[in-house]
Amino acid sequence: MQVKAPPWWRSRTVKGMGYAAPTAVFVAVFFVLPLLLVGQMSLSDWPLLAGDRGVNAPENYTDVTHSALFWPAVRFTLLYTVIVTVVLLGLALLLALLVQESRPGAGFFRTVYFLPSALGLASASLLFWGLYSPTTGPLSRVLDTLGLVDDPVSFLGSPTSALLSTVFLIVWKFAGFYMLILLVGLQRIPHEVYEAARMDGASRGQIFRSVTLPLLRPSLALTLLLCVTGSLLAFDQFFILTKGGPDNSTVTVVQLIYREAFQRLNLGTAAALSIIVLGVLLLLNALQFRGLRRADES
Amino acid sequence: MLTRALGRTPHYVVAGGLAVIFLFPLLWNTLASVSGQPGTAQESGYGLGNYRTLLDYDAGLWRYLLNSTVVSALTVALTLGVSLLGGYAFARFDFPGRNLLFLLTLAILMVPYATLLIPLYVLLGRLHLQNSLIGLSLVLAMFQLPFATFMMRISFEAVPRELEESALVDGCGTAGALRRVLLPAVRPGLITVGLFAFLAAWNDFIAPLILISDSEKAPLPLAVANLRQQSMGAVDYGATEAGVVVLAVPCLLLFLLLQRHYIRGFMSGALKG
Repeated sequence: MQVKAPPWWRSRTVKGMGYAAPTAVFVAVFFVLPLLLVGQMSLSDWPLLAGDRGVNAPENYTDVTHSALFWPAVRFTLLYTVIVTVVLLGLALLLALLVQESRPGAGFFRTVYFLPSALGLASASLLFWGLYSPTTGPLSRVLDTLGLVDDPVSFLGSPTSALLSTVFLIVWKFAGFYMLILLVGLQRIPHEVYEAARMDGASRGQIFRSVTLPLLRPSLALTLLLCVTGSLLAFDQFFILTKGGPDNSTVTVVQLIYREAFQRLNLGTAAALSIIVLGVLLLLNALQFRGLRRADES
Repeated sequence: MLTRALGRTPHYVVAGGLAVIFLFPLLWNTLASVSGQPGTAQESGYGLGNYRTLLDYDAGLWRYLLNSTVVSALTVALTLGVSLLGGYAFARFDFPGRNLLFLLTLAILMVPYATLLIPLYVLLGRLHLQNSLIGLSLVLAMFQLPFATFMMRISFEAVPRELEESALVDGCGTAGALRRVLLPAVRPGLITVGLFAFLAAWNDFIAPLILISDSEKAPLPLAVANLRQQSMGAVDYGATEAGVVVLAVPCLLLFLLLQRHYIRGFMSGALKG
């Protein structure tokens, strides 16, 4: 008996395309199209209110890179990224080591450290905005009571203190998140490896340096990638906590995009800056992926 | 026994000290929101004055809660619907462009948020979705797709093929097999995806900041951030603290209730790297 070929609309190929169609529409309309549009906008004179007014290349790019805030914002974003990455990943590793063993209470501590990660970044920033208040915040009062300071402390008042206060907020908010990723990595290291090292008479410090750290490298690399990318794109925390101040000392690159678009009302330069950020990020990801692959091979 | 307990003491001192630092801001904020403070609605004593300020602020707390609920519900529904069908397609069907589409979906993660929001602002205007909660939800769902599609694809791939095939032999179409056999099997994946989509939509700040210009339509995070700069430069810390509590409670509750699903989302991401 001859098997009849099913009608075209019954074939699995077509059905598969049907199930994938909503994804395809979403990706095309809300991802590919905007990506093309931002490229076009970056080459056009495009005031926020007037819309497209024709080609303006490469002036958008030269204008935005020559603006007074561009290099300070780049420098500040890089500085912030380095500090956050070092402090955050260091603390996350400490937390992961503290809660990895099944001591009594490990589950409790794990939950407590992770709790701030359940909050939104904007909520956490608003919370710390009150916490840092020189008039009603508790931190200033505690330091005053302890006799450590004479006047109310202005946590957001100077460029350095504003930066460090924001770093503290971010470390508080995200340490538990990175702890969890590192914990997964720690738990994948087989027990036998530790035991063999102990049999060879290695000290705890030696075991950490020559067993734990090398075997944890894939997880550390993942946290590094996430932390660097996230920090380079910092926005909410500075927008809410410092508003870029004092004296524009804490303006990040993404904040600059926002200012170009909605304060200077120039979508063309905002788009140009967006393209620059995209390029830098893609380059960085490519480099890190290469580094990761090399780490895997060795 | 005693020496072992003593040996552990430094560990508990460090872990406990850190726990205090991690809990303090949350506890302080909750307490401060109901404590008396000059310059707030709750001048002295304990009470809910700050929450009453929040209820009456501008369009009112209920309005902002409704906005946030609508945006979160729509985002969750869109993300679940699209990633359920998409995950099924990527895991079980072969069609031209399959790998390209999957890679493109994951590529959303590589592009900075702000890079897409600038053109999306223009694009939503052209689609007459500017300043609309529906437009905002569509954008937020798009940002969820990489994680959601990945998660649903591995969920479907974990279901034995025989399960689906026996349903097909029994005369179910692929849609019937999906509804009757596969849906229950991938439910844990759906819960994880839904949870992450809800938290992202509930907490998002920069997308509504750029896409919503009408303060009546602001979701709660944006409304609370706006509330700070009210009344002639005077700052209402109390109402802000109350706002943080309202924002945080659903997130903390969901986390504590669905911890297992939460952790699974992390594991899959962390393992696959």
